[in-house]
Amino acid sequence: MIIRGVALCYGDDISTDEIIPGPYLQYDSPEKLASFAMRGCDTTFPEKSKNAILVVGKNFGCGSSREQAAICLKHAGIQSIIGVSFARIFYRNAINQGLPLLQSSSACEMISNGDEIKITLETGEIENISTQKQIQSTPPAPFLTSILKAGGAIPWFHQQK
Amino acid sequence: MSGLTIAEKILSQKSQHSRVEPGEVVEASVDLAMSHDNTALVASIFSKLDVDKVWDPNRIAIVLDHRSPANNEQTAKRHQTIRTIVQEQHISTFFDIGQGICHQLLPESGLVQPGMLIVGSDSHTTTYGAFGAFATGIGATDIALVWATGKLWFKVPETIQLTVNGALPSMVTAKDLILHIIKMKGQDGANYQSVEFYGTTIERMSLGSRMCITNHCMEMGAKTAMIPFDKTTKQYLNNNAGFSAQPVFADADAVYTEKTEIDVSDLEPLVACPSRVDNVKPVADVQGELIDQAVIGSCTNGRLEDLALAASILKGRSASSDVRLLIIPASQKVYQDALHKGYISVFLQAGATIVNPGCGPCLGLHQGVLAKGETALSTTNRNFPGRMGSPESNIYLASPATVAASALTGEITDPRGVLS
Repeated sequence: MIIRGVALCYGDDISTDEIIPGPYLQYDSPEKLASFAMRGCDTTFPEKSKNAILVVGKNFGCGSSREQAAICLKHAGIQSIIGVSFARIFYRNAINQGLPLLQSSSACEMISNGDEIKITLETGEIENISTQKQIQSTPPAPFLTSILKAGGAIPWFHQQK
Repeated sequence: MSGLTIAEKILSQKSQHSRVEPGEVVEASVDLAMSHDNTALVASIFSKLDVDKVWDPNRIAIVLDHRSPANNEQTAKRHQTIRTIVQEQHISTFFDIGQGICHQLLPESGLVQPGMLIVGSDSHTTTYGAFGAFATGIGATDIALVWATGKLWFKVPETIQLTVNGALPSMVTAKDLILHIIKMKGQDGANYQSVEFYGTTIERMSLGSRMCITNHCMEMGAKTAMIPFDKTTKQYLNNNAGFSAQPVFADADAVYTEKTEIDVSDLEPLVACPSRVDNVKPVADVQGELIDQAVIGSCTNGRLEDLALAASILKGRSASSDVRLLIIPASQKVYQDALHKGYISVFLQAGATIVNPGCGPCLGLHQGVLAKGETALSTTNRNFPGRMGSPESNIYLASPATVAASALTGEITDPRGVLS
């Protein structure tokens, strides 16, 4: 599975309260939630998130179990998230939404805002096309890749029947 | 072959393996699945799975606590949807608005028993580990999958062993201890890991204090946090709804990824400063910081012992006229007990607003939302930017003693000074 997109970079410890602040959880529509994605830390996010790859620091998605954090990012156009580490509930939610996550301790230093990125999901190889540098990340475990390839937990569940 | 930690043992039993190893992914049978106001989202996902009936209506608990009573028409519609699902699926445990917070109601009702595997669509589900259960937070899709099958995949966590010894000094509480541990470990210091607590300090603690600790372990990323079953657990269960499970203990030769000992004899009142839960300082370092709102409540610190401690400080005194003091009992039972013991009267005489049992303003939805530039001192568990309202408000987290003492003065205050 090849994923392409333009890098959007953020820092460490971004909580779900910043990804989708509590008051916006009143909306059900994924598109409406997407229009408030990252509202707690970057109000201009929805203008630049289409077909983007998020590059983040450690502990991304810490805090609440709200699945709307993964839903809003996916529907805002985020193709994948490369992070130093992810908080565990956010990790599960993102996989269930079919949003691929890769772990890399060096991606933050080797990728800048606007860089063109190509990811090979199964191997975790990341190519920074803009700088022509290769980064090796840790891909999701094979079991989780099968959920991602199905398009998320709901289609995966139907495949298992 | 080495022994197993509590987490490894429970996941072995529930996945019907003779033993599991950290890092291994197993499919395990869930004993109890809890969800709250986000059950409307769970139900909408469940409907897409084309499964008519939930796997076991007696192993599902639903609590309306996050926006309770409904804060707007949209919430009212969701609550309506949830009540319909409860009826259609014959869900046996349903707590409607005003009954209290899930993390107090489930233990009070005897639904949480040692050795169980519990999942909840709330990050602070780790609370139930105070009873020696493996309890962890998951999202709405995972809950819907459990509703459909009763099973879920789990990555077996490594386990950290924390041994806490010594007597807590006066006006120093379980909250101060867990803030000290979070400072030591950092905001993601236990990410994906299980934490097991031992030591004389923990053994002497009430279940209320133990739940404060296991609840807060989420704020260092823990997957689950456990205190082994003992006579205090047994007594709590017998006093409430009874004791009906088989406790699970770690083997003497279990393998831990870290073993740390902590002595609390010199621990002092602590405060988590904006806007990180691990930005922990002694109260003395922030003494004098002005506050607009003081909050005593939540799944972390809204229990009877928390209200008793606050009442002992507030008795016969008045909160500063510059401070809005909010008291939120964690459940109807806590509220009733506090009423009988005279604490509610103390709070009213001190000028407090008593909010109905529930999550209150903790997640910035209603019942005490902060405006730009305002500062709250709260016994809740999160102080991320914007958590309780405006992204430009500030939240400090502290024990009920520190919050009560500070409500009197209008500024962050060491509770030891107020009592003397």
